[in-house]
Amino acid sequence: MPYNAKIKVTLRQSILDVQGKAVEHALKNLGYGSVESARIGKYIEVTINEHDPLQAERVCNEICQKLLSNPVMENYSFELEKVN
Amino acid sequence: MADVTVGVVVFPGSNCDHDTEHAAGSFQGTKPVMLWHNEHDLQGAKVIILPGGFSYGDYLRAGSIARFSPIMQEVIEFARKGFPVLGICNGFQVLLESGLLEGALSRNRDKKFLCCRTNIKPVNCSTIFTSLYKEDEVLSVPIAHGEGNYFAPPEVIESLEEHNQIVFKYTDSLGQVSDEANPNGSLQNIAGIINRAGNVLGLMPHPERASEQLLGSVDGRRLFESLYSHAAAM
Repeated sequence: MPYNAKIKVTLRQSILDVQGKAVEHALKNLGYGSVESARIGKYIEVTINEHDPLQAERVCNEICQKLLSNPVMENYSFELEKVN
Repeated sequence: MADVTVGVVVFPGSNCDHDTEHAAGSFQGTKPVMLWHNEHDLQGAKVIILPGGFSYGDYLRAGSIARFSPIMQEVIEFARKGFPVLGICNGFQVLLESGLLEGALSRNRDKKFLCCRTNIKPVNCSTIFTSLYKEDEVLSVPIAHGEGNYFAPPEVIESLEEHNQIVFKYTDSLGQVSDEANPNGSLQNIAGIINRAGNVLGLMPHPERASEQLLGSVDGRRLFESLYSHAAAM
């Protein structure tokens, strides 16, 4: 059974997120005074054809570190879901 | 000068490859060859240039996919053997993604794509790329990028400084390094850095667009001249 990986890649807190800032200002301009901040990241879905969940997790970590995120400025997290 | 074959790498989405070929081929004894991303053959190049553009559409992150192309495996090997590699704009992004240089380039501080002339100054003229410049002279070289905001963790910046690896900084017309003269928010106004071994340089400004009088500036020309005179003597 393959796994669906739902991967989120976000800019590290120390990196200025200019897109997030622009969205934050737009929301405030729309009158949403309770909006404190907005940050923009990437959402990636990958289907991994592995049967062993540990192996699927290992592949997912590897692709995140190798290509999907840049560890100098980004963090990643993911959820694995079994595809039936 | 002995003949120098200069390999210009072409990724899908490169758009400064022909400008670079034109500039690279305008020196006596230099022969540019175009190297397609899917190839493994560097065609006898003594110098490799990664040009500007939007390799693979800048998908995911600028330079992130180009880094895994077949030609880059050869370029990384070439660089590790000590041969000179120059990355301009998107080429700089590819060098950072490939780990040949340290740090990363994020979105410009003011969110805009910047296409304008900037002033930079060489702050290290002892490299093979800058030997024909005078330290602190002000150069006029254009930039054209959306993601040129150089970032690296503090320990990397310290190490770059300690080993004299910062090569170009953005300045005002008088050569002052100031926040107003920083077009994109780069840490310490960094416009270009070199690796510790001194054979891999990446910079955001486009020296090939400042290589003949018709273009308004010839300040980028000496970068190629420095590099070729070194490569010819190799």
